[in-house]
Amino acid sequence: MTLDELPHDAEAVVTSLDGSGPERRRLMDLGLLPGIAVRAERTSPLGDPTAYRVRGSLIALRRSQARGIHVEPGVRTR
Amino acid sequence: MNADLPLPVSRTSAELDTSGGGSCGSCALNNVANLEKLGLHSGRHDFVVALAGNPNTGKSTVFNALTGLRQHVGNWPGTTVSRAEGAYRHQGHAYQVVDLPGTYSLLSTSNDEDTARDFLLFGDPDVTVVVVDATRLERNLNLVLQILQITDRVVVALNLMDEAQRHGITVDARHLARELGVPVAPMSARRGHGIPELLDSVAQVARGGTAPRARVRQRLAPAVERAVDALAEQLVAEFPGLANSRWVALRLLEGDVSTERAVRDGTLGDVGRQHASRRDLVTAGQATS
Repeated sequence: MTLDELPHDAEAVVTSLDGSGPERRRLMDLGLLPGIAVRAERTSPLGDPTAYRVRGSLIALRRSQARGIHVEPGVRTR
Repeated sequence: MNADLPLPVSRTSAELDTSGGGSCGSCALNNVANLEKLGLHSGRHDFVVALAGNPNTGKSTVFNALTGLRQHVGNWPGTTVSRAEGAYRHQGHAYQVVDLPGTYSLLSTSNDEDTARDFLLFGDPDVTVVVVDATRLERNLNLVLQILQITDRVVVALNLMDEAQRHGITVDARHLARELGVPVAPMSARRGHGIPELLDSVAQVARGGTAPRARVRQRLAPAVERAVDALAEQLVAEFPGLANSRWVALRLLEGDVSTERAVRDGTLGDVGRQHASRRDLVTAGQATS
């Protein structure tokens, strides 16, 4: 599944990132790399953007960005 | 979109309290640290120290603690939008300190991060202090590793140790220093803790005393290595005095659009020249000493 489908308060592990170029690089620089745990922590009224907990920081992503991030849900890493 | 959500906490006033004392050259703390805060001090200096780090790690608090200036600090990302300069004297040497805006990366910079990236790449600082947040170390190390790829004259300031402690986080700073191959100074800048140790580490690196051995070097395939060499050579021919030409060459090989633009329209040369001329001024100042 992709990150935008992750339910509120659920946790998942990143498996891969779509895309290329600066946008993908940016997401990786923010800590979104394969093997990293993410949690859908805060959702805005319309669900876009959503704030994810990544390596101790909150990162807000648009739904279109979250759609390009593949995750494996339900894995509790920490 | 790419920044942390701002979480306003009443930390600002506490930071401002410890950042004061610009005229306090006789304070016990300063004597212990052999630190003389020189404020703006536009005169001669022996070394240039760049303060880099992710947004909201306390760079400006460290800057204020070193220089005695009152650079605006706030507990939210993006407080420093352009670079600020100050100075201090430590064990007989004058240091110019350049406080840079926070950046997550040298690669995918947004506009406000360009200032930081350009200075780190082309400003040729004698020491780069990377201020990292001890409570979010894993994420902060991304920038540390990127900076270690362009220079090994680095000191890692492991800041916000008090906050890490409150969260039950302990960091093995000595092990981290071994892994990275550069000095790591645990500190809590807003309480003034760890400043003397940071100053000592900076002095050692500036004078070449510790000869840091950055162990995290990017290894490239031989074919890529040759391509980088060839391209870097052409870049230097086109833009004489360009620092970190290999880094620029790698970006070009990656197809980085902003680097391509900087080469094509010649702004790469402007950036290089701007910092090179600044460098000349520093050297000229030293010559008259």
